[in-house]
Amino acid sequence: MIDQLAEIGDSLRTHKTRTALAILTVAWGIFMLVLLLGAGRGIQNGVELQFKDDAVNSIRIYQGKTTIAHNGLARGRSIQYSNADYDQVQAKVPHVDKLTARYYVGDNRVSYGGQQAAFDIRGVHPDHLYLEKTIITAGRYINELDLIERRKVCVIGLQVVDRLFAEVSPLGKLIELGGTVCQVIGVFTDEGSRSEEETVYMPVSTTQLMFAEPQRLHMLMYTVGDASYQQSKDSEQQVRSLLAETHNFAVEDKRAARIYNNLDEYKKITDLFFWVRVFVAVVGVGTVLTGILAVSNIMVISVNERRREIGIRKAIGATPGSITRLIVLESVILTTIAGYIGLLASLGLLELLKATVPENEYMYQPDVNTFVVVSVTVLVIASGTLAGYLPARRAARINPVEALQPS
Amino acid sequence: MIDLSGISKSYQMGQHRVHALREINLQIQPGEFVAIQGSSGSGKSTLLNVLGILDTPDTGSYTLDGHAIENLSTADAARYRNRFIGFVFQSFNLIHHKSALDNVALPLYYQRVARKQRNLKALEYLEHVGLKDRADHKPSELSGGQSQRVAIARALITQPALLLADEPTGALDTSTSEQIMNLFHEVNAQGMTVVLVTHEPDIAAQAHRSIVLRDGDIVSDRTRDAARHNISDHDSDPVNHS
Ligand SMILES: Nc1ncnc2c1ncn2[C@@H]1O[C@H](COP(=O)(O)OP(=O)(O)OP(=O)(O)O)[C@@H](O)[C@H]1O
Ligand SMILES: [Mg+2]
Repeated sequence: MIDQLAEIGDSLRTHKTRTALAILTVAWGIFMLVLLLGAGRGIQNGVELQFKDDAVNSIRIYQGKTTIAHNGLARGRSIQYSNADYDQVQAKVPHVDKLTARYYVGDNRVSYGGQQAAFDIRGVHPDHLYLEKTIITAGRYINELDLIERRKVCVIGLQVVDRLFAEVSPLGKLIELGGTVCQVIGVFTDEGSRSEEETVYMPVSTTQLMFAEPQRLHMLMYTVGDASYQQSKDSEQQVRSLLAETHNFAVEDKRAARIYNNLDEYKKITDLFFWVRVFVAVVGVGTVLTGILAVSNIMVISVNERRREIGIRKAIGATPGSITRLIVLESVILTTIAGYIGLLASLGLLELLKATVPENEYMYQPDVNTFVVVSVTVLVIASGTLAGYLPARRAARINPVEALQPS
Repeated sequence: MIDLSGISKSYQMGQHRVHALREINLQIQPGEFVAIQGSSGSGKSTLLNVLGILDTPDTGSYTLDGHAIENLSTADAARYRNRFIGFVFQSFNLIHHKSALDNVALPLYYQRVARKQRNLKALEYLEHVGLKDRADHKPSELSGGQSQRVAIARALITQPALLLADEPTGALDTSTSEQIMNLFHEVNAQGMTVVLVTHEPDIAAQAHRSIVLRDGDIVSDRTRDAARHNISDHDSDPVNHS
């Protein structure tokens, strides 16, 4: 084996230009391929980052106005949700995993110690934590007991803390809102968006009481766990018919209850990425094929140039198999060296991009993992073998009598 | 050692066939020194290539050292060449990007001899042909005579039973030819069978046996009786010579 490598090194050194040319072609192909994969991964990371704001498998149900006359009721009627809707969704709709309602507080002034600012104030259920992907950084989130006892407690975002609390810790402090006071029990952050951190959360029952609307809800949202896309569509359909029945509107009246299934968006994106991957695969296979052809071509030239040498080797006892191995191995070594040059160059460029281009949502952490490195290795060895095989067969079939003919 | 019977080989050249060898029958005993002569195109090289299993005849049978050679796979033929046969060519046929030492050692590479061992042996054979000090030289840095001596060292390194040479002195001047012939005599004296193609009469005269080809036929086959210094003539019955 060492001997064989020495033989090949010898031959590659003898034909420097040819070797350099072959290496350049394959290195370029691998460079493009890895760069494309890295960029694709970067775009995908960017999109997934945007999805981090909310649970991917969530369904949001907003109230609306009817657009179709139904059961003798005129169109243009406002639909309003209530605790009964929450209970029904929980009891009757399949695949409901985490469920929460929202009560939006109209008066958004919040003050503490002489400081006042405007923030979104929402009454929610404990599961809201999961649906919004809220991350608690201090204290705790709203729990069942808060809900049952209608406690005057609230969880505030980091922006709220920034604005109202200069140096003191907000936990346990009493803030004023909606004409009453409530105690801060937790602080949260949100990876998805900064504006989310400008929110105050309270138990939904407390807000209902504060504004004397004990049954009123403004929206519902839930996750479908690990249900498939089809199952989530079924679940969505169930909610729609349930609400249509309760609130007496036509099932086909999409505007009466506006339902958004996040999986629809997610599916659109994943479908898009499927095509991005197809594109990358086609371009990648194209460049690699070009590389194979180039190397194969170069190996054919190499074999033709070395007809006499191969004839000599055969005359002194080289078997056709040993000639085949020599040429194939030469081709594999050529493509492997080239492949790694291309790989290193592209990894270098990606690192450079990461270091110099500021983080943005369109290209987030373009990266190449071990899987890609392993795949590239397999790819170059396979394509080296493929590129070398036909020229090698040709070399093995060289007739020594003809090859040794004095020129 | 060698037994050819009914060996024919022809080439299609456009309209007509060229018969390079016609029904050749030939036996060569171990230790013989045979010269093959004939005009250009008479089939000398073709015969030598058949003997060396580089070329396959259209018809006829060939037995080498008791082994039937026809229907040999190309891989087996390569192994036979490697073990039994040494080749020397008019144009030396050294690999130009390898040193003299590496050229000589190459047959042992195909016998899977370790690098160290085969380089040692190659040096020994280079010394034998008087070129030890040229071991690291490339063929382009060697004279014709030196190149041919390197080629002979390469042919001998596997200690083959049969040495085949196709006009080994054809490209050399008289005094270098002399050196080359001396090497052949030396190995022949040690028992190696030597078959050499030449069209120089004085070279052929140094062989114990001289075969003349014309248009693919053996037209003369004379053995020089070393003991009585006379020449027995097989002209009348070349087919039954043994
Ligand atoms: N590959 C080939 N294709 C066609 N004809 C060939 C081929 N090889 C040999 N011949 C023909 O066969 C005949 C014998 O050729 P060969 O090379 O054996 O002659 P030779 O005696 O060695 O001649 P020279 O002294 O010129 O080397 C010649 O007529 C030659 O033209
Ligand atoms: Mg000839």
